[in-house]
Formats: sequence, structure tokens, C-alpha cells
Amino acid sequence: MKRFIGFIKKEFYHIFRDRRSLFILFGMPIAQILLFGFAITNEINNVDIAILDHTKDTTTKEIINKIAASEYFSIKQIIEKESDIEAIFKKGKVKAVLNFEKDFSKHLIKENKATIQIITDATDPNTANTITNFVSAILQTYQKELNKNITITYQIVPASRMVYNPELKSVYMFVPGVMTIILMLVSAMMTSISITREKELGTMEILLVSPLKPIQVIVGKVFPYIFLSIINAIVIVVSSIFIFKMPVQGSLFLLAIESILFIISALALGILISTISATQQTAMMISLMGLMLPVILLSGFIFPISSMPLPLQMISNIIPAKWFIIITKGIMLKGVGIQFIWKETLILIGMTVFFMALSVKKYKIRLE
Amino acid sequence: MRLPLPWEINMNNKKVIQVDRLTKMFGDFTAVSAITFDVEKGEIFGFLGANGAGKTTAIKMLIGISNPTSGKAKVAGFDVFTNAENIKKNIGYMSQKFALYDDLTVRENITFFGGIYGLTRKRIKEKSNALIEELGLKDVANKLVGALPSGWKQKLSFMVSLIHDPKIVFLDEPTGGVDPITRRQFWELIYKAAHNGTTVFVTTHYMDEAEYCDRVSIMVNGKIEALDTPKKLKEQFKVDNMNDVFLKLARG
Amino acid sequence: MGITIRNISKSYKNVKALQDISFNVKKGELFGLIGPDGAGKTTLFRVLTTLLFADQGSATVAEFDVVKDYKSIRNNVGYMPGRFSLYQDLTIEENLEFFATIFGTTIEENYDLIKDIYIQIEPFKNRRAGKLSGGMKQKLALCCALIHKPKVLFLDEPTTGVDPVSRKEFWEMLKRLQLKGITILVSTPYMDEAALCDRIALIQNGKILEIDTPKEIVKHYPKQIYNVKANNMYRLINSLKAYEHNHSVYPFGEYVHYTDSRTDFNTEDLKTYLETKNLSNIYIDKTVATIEDTFMELAK
Repeated sequence: MKRFIGFIKKEFYHIFRDRRSLFILFGMPIAQILLFGFAITNEINNVDIAILDHTKDTTTKEIINKIAASEYFSIKQIIEKESDIEAIFKKGKVKAVLNFEKDFSKHLIKENKATIQIITDATDPNTANTITNFVSAILQTYQKELNKNITITYQIVPASRMVYNPELKSVYMFVPGVMTIILMLVSAMMTSISITREKELGTMEILLVSPLKPIQVIVGKVFPYIFLSIINAIVIVVSSIFIFKMPVQGSLFLLAIESILFIISALALGILISTISATQQTAMMISLMGLMLPVILLSGFIFPISSMPLPLQMISNIIPAKWFIIITKGIMLKGVGIQFIWKETLILIGMTVFFMALSVKKYKIRLE
Repeated sequence: MRLPLPWEINMNNKKVIQVDRLTKMFGDFTAVSAITFDVEKGEIFGFLGANGAGKTTAIKMLIGISNPTSGKAKVAGFDVFTNAENIKKNIGYMSQKFALYDDLTVRENITFFGGIYGLTRKRIKEKSNALIEELGLKDVANKLVGALPSGWKQKLSFMVSLIHDPKIVFLDEPTGGVDPITRRQFWELIYKAAHNGTTVFVTTHYMDEAEYCDRVSIMVNGKIEALDTPKKLKEQFKVDNMNDVFLKLARG
Repeated sequence: MGITIRNISKSYKNVKALQDISFNVKKGELFGLIGPDGAGKTTLFRVLTTLLFADQGSATVAEFDVVKDYKSIRNNVGYMPGRFSLYQDLTIEENLEFFATIFGTTIEENYDLIKDIYIQIEPFKNRRAGKLSGGMKQKLALCCALIHKPKVLFLDEPTTGVDPVSRKEFWEMLKRLQLKGITILVSTPYMDEAALCDRIALIQNGKILEIDTPKEIVKHYPKQIYNVKANNMYRLINSLKAYEHNHSVYPFGEYVHYTDSRTDFNTEDLKTYLETKNLSNIYIDKTVATIEDTFMELAK
């Protein structure tokens, strides 16, 4: 036991003396959260638009006011004729122009059908799409208020969003994904690098020619990173609660347990990587290509799994991150308990045990 | 009676390295302390010293990759402060750590380094053939350098450092770990280069190699404590080999 | 018996790193493995320290079999690999403490064994290992390899790239350790260090060329060696190499070591020949063979 504690002490020396890595370790989660929260987002905020109103009566004014009052849009300009539209886009001043048809109110009241043309700058197709959706949503709300007897037959905004993310905040969607990435990165990449570093330095030779048991070396290497990963997970959850006011619906305790489970599976993967790579560089490349890309692309973090081709959907099943994202989304956004995610949890446990066993078996007590 | 020294025989008596009170400080620490010496054309100059005596720092200044704190130095006629780029064109450098690219063939390595120094394609071809011929590498010219024994690599690496006919070649521990026969073949290459007028500036931990040099300087704690022919140094310290000269000096 | 090696062979892909190596190292002996890079020294060390399996043959260290009893060996040997392999980001003291702990001991417990060496670096004990000079790193590495009081000490090229002063000190330390009953197997590419060992094995291309005491080994040299000197070294070497009767020509410090292929060699003939080559101040005299001469003759 004393040997083991001595080993862990040494690992912590390494971690705390490598200022740069330490900064990355703790700076990264914050940076990622902010990045996904503010920059890479498909929600819109104070988008500049222009209005072309051919009707100019109370109804159109009311609608314009509603739009102006929303935090999503700010009306930059009122234009008078169709020919101005192109000019204003060319100047790049606005992202969209709302064109109210002639006799808008008349059509609306009599035929329950009036047209607003939403012209968007599609050089940024995501934003254009979102603007269209948001304007439509505002119009529907207005329509509902206007005529309560009429049923709205179509839904513009995707149902899933409205249900679990009624505020349309995509940062809520990203938090589980970011957490998954960070935990994967810290646990798998850092462990694999720290083991291969010993190989590269030649200290692994000395450790092998010592009475330390393989399991002591592995656990000793892994332990500090469990600790760091847990801290990271806490940092992510706390910052999303405080910076983005994200409500965590489910049990924090359950979230913690599931996170530790995922961390351990990632650590096992890290050890596995270290057994097949001879240098820190290879370990890093394998971690990035073999772990990060699948996590980003195939886990359902950014691209919904249901819209992937079938072969990719099947591959996504063997990625632990996919299951962890389902679990965390469940706990954080839907507030579900273990009874709804026991299946995913079991899969994750199975994977963890498998990777752990494999990495202990693969860990060499000799060179070669 | 004493033997005439090579640079005394040489008609083109010319100083190719002139160092005057060259100093390098790192903060409060003086790594190189006001060293002064000259090296003549075609001379084999041994630059010895214990680990950490400041040899590497001094060499870095002379080859123009580190700026001196004070003092003056001219290498191949160019000032190390103002004309480092021209120095680099006129010197060759070989260190123990970096030799050649293991994943390129012998020929590819020569072509690559020839290209770096701006040799024409024709010249590179001539040089490669001559060089491969001289080292007896014909059979392995198209093999990866990584597959060659380390002694061959060292010799090839030395020849490559001479590819642009530099005025001076700097060798930083060129023979570490090489077997004794190859080590001697290596020194024969050095003699030949010096004979052809290239100045050789060499560091080594093998004290018998110090005897091969025309003159030897020994650095202790950043200062040059001794500088003369091996013969004179042995007389001065009343010992029979350079190893004992070194031990006497470095141990104080 | 300290170490026994029986017919060990080991190949990597198509390189035969070790070919049928056999020798013994007696308990308490300081045994040198002398040979250049790539001779197979490191491979042999790794087989003996249980890091590699040999393809063939068997070996024991401190009476433990390197395959079956690898755990016991790992408890009883100290190993200093070729390159400096300590933690650069830990201080001298932390490195030493770490190695003491993983071997289940403490610095205090075996302090008397390392004391001589450790007091030289103790003033810097709070300095990180990465910031030490070559000689100091080497002393620290030796302390770390000794801290658990090993029965057998394996030192793979401990003095490579180290200056002559530190090298001399290092060998003095080894001599003192030997007096404490530790068996030492040390490898080096420096032939002059061979004379400091009790016995040496000359090794090249995975084969043992010769095993004996340094004194005996030079006696095996088959020829009379002559020191030759003249006013121009380069021309002297070329002239000697062109001389039809030469057996070997090697620059050796300020002289060239020359041996002749004839039994009735006369130095005057050689002098006359050299004079025809426009060399002057010619000096020719008998000298005794060194280990390096022997090695070159055997490796030829």
C-alpha cells in the first residue's frame, strides 16, 4: 500500500508541475462550454432585420411590434419598395427582410390566410433557417391570440425542441456533449500520454524491473485522472448552471455515479491505447482520431443518430459516449431516474468491465 | 627541435575563427566567460571541457544560433552579431543527436541536404556519386539510412555536413558510442578534410582523440584554462597523456 | 554465482542481436561488457533484467531464473538503463524517495550504501533532475538503482557522453560498491574503462569476441605493435596504408599503431619507405598492445 501511495504522490507531482497541461486540463472545459454556449450555437439573438410593409395598418404594426419586442430580432431599417431589398442585402446590413403583402389584414381576417415573405441571407444557411423558424413561431403565437377558435394544423418548430428545450437554448443540448468530450479527453488521452511518456523516457524499464505489480502501476496511473475528471465534471455542471442558468432536472447524485462509470471506461480505453503506442505522439493521435472523432461525430452529440445511415447507426452503438450522452441528457434535461436509463447504464457497465479486463490483460510486464 | 605545425606549413596563413572575449550570460549565470582564441585555416581544433563547462553554449554562438552577451567573434570572416546568416552558409555542423533522416535513403539524404545549401542538381549528383564511392556505400545507396550500422551513419553524416564545401565544420561529439575501428576511419575522414583546407572544430570525450588535434583548448567553468598543442600541454602539466591533462585541469 | 548465461540467442526481425552468448559473472565481481553501439549489450541487459525473453538459452541472476523467477529478480537487482531515465520534473530527493518507496524501503534504511555518492549531490536535493549536469544525473541514477540494496547491479553504458572527470569518479564509486559485496555488470563503449574491471567480455555484432581479465586479454594480441610518428599525420596514415607489408594501421593518440605482416620486420625498411614518401622526423618504436588494439584485431 505504501508503494502505491508513493506512486500516486509521484503522479500528482507530474501533473501539478506541468503547468501547461494543467492549464489545458482546467481551462478546456470552461473554454468548451463557452465556445458551444456562445459561439457555435444555432439560436439567434438580436438579429438585424428590415421590414417592408405594404399595408401599414394596426395588424401589421402589432406584428412588427411583437417581432421588435422579441430578444431574437432588432429592426434595423424600414424600407419602402421591393427594389430596396437587394440593395440592403448587398450592404450586408441585415440578415433578413420581412415583406408584408398588400392588404395583409384583410386577407388574414377574411381568408384566415395572409402572407409574409421571409427573405433571408442564405450565405449562412443555419441562421437563415433558424430566423425563418423563429419568425414563424412568433406569427403563430400572434395568430393564436388573434383567433382562438382556429386550430393550428402545422408545427414549424421541431417538436423535440419545444418539449425538452422550450426556451430553444441549444447550450442545454451541448452541455452533456461537452461533458462527454472533456471527460473522454482528460481520462483517455491524458492517461495514455502519461503511460507512454514513461516508455519514452525509459522510466518504464525501471518500473518494470521493480517489484511493483502491473495492477499497481495501472491503478496508480489512473487514479489521479479519476480525481481530475471528477473535478472537471463538477466544473462543467456548475458553470452551466451558473453561466447559462441551465436547470438540472434529475438527481445530481445519479449524475455523479454515471459520470464516474463513464470516466472509468474512458480510463480503461486510455490504458488500452497506451499499450499499443510507443510514443506520446502516437498515443495522442490515436486518442484524437480513435476517440474524439467518433465522440463528436457518431455519439449523437452534434448530429442526431436517427438521421445517420444504418451502418453508422450500428457503429454508434459500440461507442460508450453515445450511451453516456443518452444518460446525461435524460438526467439533466428530462429529469429521469434510474428506472428509465438502467438499460444504457448496464451497457456502459458492460463496456467498462470489458475494456478494463482487456487493458489489464494487454498490459505488458516485459518490453516488446 | 619541434615539429612544424600544419598551419605553419600552410602557405595561406589565415584565421578563419577569431574569438575575442566572447561572453554569454544567462541571468546571473556566466555560461561562457570572455573566451579568446583563434583557429587557422585547415586546422583541427579540439574543443574540450567537462559536461556543463560551456562548450555547447560557445559552439551555438559560433555557428550563429545564439547571440553573445558581449565580446567579438568572426567566423569564416563574418561577424556573429551582424552576419549570422552568412556564417551558416559557410559552415557545416554535425551533432551527435541529429544525424540524418532514418526514413530517407542514403541518396535521398544527400540530395536533401545538398538542396538545403542550394547546390545545383548537377552538382548534387556529382557530389552524391563521389561521396557514395568514397564511403563504399554503393550497395546501400538506395537503402534507408535507418537500416545502416551506426558507424556508417556517422561517417555519412560527416560527409553530408561537408556537402557544400564549407570553410569550417563543427563536430559536436561526432564519435560517441562508435566502435574503435569506425572511430579511426572517421578520424581519417577528418584528416582528409583538414588536408583539403577545411577547418575542423571538434568536441569529444575520448581523450585519445584529443591527441589527434593540432591544437586543443580545455574549458573549465566557462573559461578556457588551457590552449596549446597536445604535446605542449602534456609538457606543461608534466603528464604523458591528454586524459591526465584533462583530469588535472578540470579537478583544479 | 552472480550471473550465469547459457547459450543465449535473441533476434529482432532479421537482426541477430545476440548469438549464442555464454559466460558467468562471479559473486562480487566487477564485470565489464565492452563493445560499440549496436553490439547487443543493451539486449543482453534486458534479457538479464527480465525485460525481454531470449529466443534460446537460459540465464540466472543471483541464482534466480530470468524466466521463472522474474519476480524475485525484480526484487533483487538494481538497473540503470542506457539513457538517463529518471523523472526530470521531480527533484533529486523526490526521485530517490519514489524509488525507495516502490521497492518497499526508505532512504534512511539503506543510506550507508549510497552515502558516499549521495552527499555529492545532496546540496542540490531540491533541484529538479532535468536541470542537473550529466555527471550529477548519473550519480542520482546510481543512487536510485542502489536504494533497495540490490544483490546485482546492472549498469548499461553509465558513462556514455560523460566527461573524463565524472567518468573517473564514477568508476571509483563502482570500486567502492564492489567492496560492499555487490555484483556489478557494467557495459561501456570506452575501451580505456575496461582496464578498471576484474574481467571483461569484448562483444560485437551479438557475439562475444573474448572473455578474460584486462591483463590477460592484451596478451592475446598476436603481433608486435609499433608506435609510428612523423611530421604529417595525414600523409603518414596514407603512406602506411599504401605500404604493401602492413597488417594494420590505426591512428592512436599522437602515434599510429602499426603492425607488419612479415615475421622478419625491420623498422629501418619502414623508415626508408616513409622517407621516400617525403615524410620527415620519423619516429618508430615498439609499444605494448592495449585493449582497444585487441578489440580491433578481433573485430577485424
